[in-house]
Amino acid sequence: MKIKNIIITFVSAIAILFSTSVVSLAKVVGDKIILGAAISLTGKYSSNGVHTQNGYNMAVDRINDMGGIKVGGKTYKFDIIYYDDESNPKRAAQLAERLISQDGVEFMLGPYSSGLTKAIAPVTEKYGVPMVEANGASRSLFTKGYKYLFAVLAPANLYLDVAIETAVELNGGKGVRIAQAFEQDAFSQDVRLGILDAAERTGSKIIIDDKLPKELNDMAATLAKVKAVKPDVLVVSGHTKGALTAIRQIAEMKVDVPMLAMTHCDAAKLSKQHGKNSQYALCASQWHKTLTYKDDFFKDGMTYAADFEKLFGYDPPYQSAESSAALLVFKDAFERANSFDQKKVRDALADTNMQTFYGNIKFAEGGQNVDKPMVLFQVMCDDAGKCENKVVAPLKWASAELIHPIPKWSER
Amino acid sequence: MDFLIFQVPMLTLQAVLDGLLLGILFALIAYGMALQWGVMNIINIAQGDLVILGGYIAYFMYLYGIHPAWGVIVSPIIMYFVGVVIYKLVINKVVDRDLFISILATFGISILFMQLMNFAFGADVVLANSGYGTTMLFDNSVTLPNSKIFSAFISIVFAIGLVVYMKKSKLGRAIRATAQNARAAKILGVDTEKVYAATFGINAALCGVAGALISITFTIHPYMGLPYTIRSFMIVIVAGLGNLPGVAMSGMGLGVFEEFADYILGTEFRIGSVFLLLVLILVYRRFKLSRKREYLK
Repeated sequence: MKIKNIIITFVSAIAILFSTSVVSLAKVVGDKIILGAAISLTGKYSSNGVHTQNGYNMAVDRINDMGGIKVGGKTYKFDIIYYDDESNPKRAAQLAERLISQDGVEFMLGPYSSGLTKAIAPVTEKYGVPMVEANGASRSLFTKGYKYLFAVLAPANLYLDVAIETAVELNGGKGVRIAQAFEQDAFSQDVRLGILDAAERTGSKIIIDDKLPKELNDMAATLAKVKAVKPDVLVVSGHTKGALTAIRQIAEMKVDVPMLAMTHCDAAKLSKQHGKNSQYALCASQWHKTLTYKDDFFKDGMTYAADFEKLFGYDPPYQSAESSAALLVFKDAFERANSFDQKKVRDALADTNMQTFYGNIKFAEGGQNVDKPMVLFQVMCDDAGKCENKVVAPLKWASAELIHPIPKWSER
Repeated sequence: MDFLIFQVPMLTLQAVLDGLLLGILFALIAYGMALQWGVMNIINIAQGDLVILGGYIAYFMYLYGIHPAWGVIVSPIIMYFVGVVIYKLVINKVVDRDLFISILATFGISILFMQLMNFAFGADVVLANSGYGTTMLFDNSVTLPNSKIFSAFISIVFAIGLVVYMKKSKLGRAIRATAQNARAAKILGVDTEKVYAATFGINAALCGVAGALISITFTIHPYMGLPYTIRSFMIVIVAGLGNLPGVAMSGMGLGVFEEFADYILGTEFRIGSVFLLLVLILVYRRFKLSRKREYLK
């Protein structure tokens, strides 16, 4: 028995020794710039985690194939070390530590979701590792004074801002009556703050302000209230669960509202899961393939979408597009910094001012992208029941005219 | 604003009906929990995960073009065997042990199920559409989704069926005997091992029915099981162990209470208020119990 114990101890000691003595990779090995990323490949964010990873991988291949990154007269290629954070913030923070202190990574890409980005940001900040993230939109990320965090996406409080402005415009500039229901998580509550701001700015009134517990998948009470008070706009944000529940129950309870604005419609595959019931819903999106932004690597949204579909077999959600954009930003910053010094790269990132297929990118003091407005699309269905998302606002990119007010259920 | 419910009388009716329909469905899940808790003295933390698994069965039928309502027949049959297998693999090793050990074991099963479902079915939130339409009352001011009415109806059918089965059938009698005194039942020739397996299977089957109903009334997701476990746990606690009619009453009562809490206190306090009620009931029970003891002295 004793001998067995000794053998076990010995073997584990050797195993530990080996696991820690793996060759520390430096930031740049040979002609490779190594980026690190903790991504949710399992756990509850795994679908979006995979979209993120696909976006990163596609951009890495594209940039490498098209000549790589030129720094100091030499050409480099991107490579990414991935770890699975299991959709768990604590694990994500550990992995960030590991990437930086063990694997020697000096530049990071963001994880999926605001919650996980929040867990990683203090770590990258501590080590002075520049991180370009594409999937953390919570406003609180940009108010902490982080110097090494850059987000290519618009902050959460701007998600549905456009919807309120559009409603007010359609109401002849007069304020509207808003009913809103938001899940109690960082992201949705940020979207709510944005609506509160927009309401104040436009003189609109919030008449229902429900906060949905995370465990809840029943909105019947909120919707009964909406039926009773008849608001001009109903705003719902609660990730995919919230979007699916809202559409199901609005259709079942025949709730008539002139405008319905939501988030996470494409992640929830709303038009696929609900068909015609999802018609007329307005959805906030960071990106849509019909937008006319351009760059040298992916050309434009339509080309990106076609190439993405060829590689991965599905239409790219905006989570993939913004992830691809993150690598374009890194490439641009490395070339402008003309160095791998973290401080210099950080400063170059802060000075970013570029256009990508995904949108314009320019970072504010807090790290959020201030040069890319959100777009709103509306779910529109033909008589055969085939539904499509069409951009309706801002007007500059609109591919269809907004249908307003939403026809009553009795007339559909 | 908070008291909108008193200004619009129809909202009161809507709240009561919504609460009842919701409560009946929860009561079905709690029913299974009460049964196996009473018989085997096991608190099954994986209850909600069994519900979700049952929901996925109905969802996959829907994906392959079969109406998800058939799930209420197919899902319990499959889930019964899932339950029996879980019993044979894990539960039979903890059934006579400390309550804490069974909680740990079922907690482990719960985590395993979540991850396996996530692995097998993906992390997307999904639902099955029944296309049942809506019942509108009082000139469209009270609306009841037919899918919820269907769910409540099926729940009642299964609950009554179970009570009758427990009373009339041989296995039902064996289950009740084992619940009263397992040792005595064993001495009198009841194969308690078989009874336990069947009980766990029946519980899983009830979860399967509830899951199928949830997939057509709400949404399902691999990680959404825990709220159902907690809800059914609460219903059983409020009803008291071994009190099956009480489970139905407490399920409906909690459903209505929850709806009213939503209207009066706000949606954010909806679940919190149910927990508060639970605490109050436990304190009251304790108080009553202590008085009883004094009386006995």
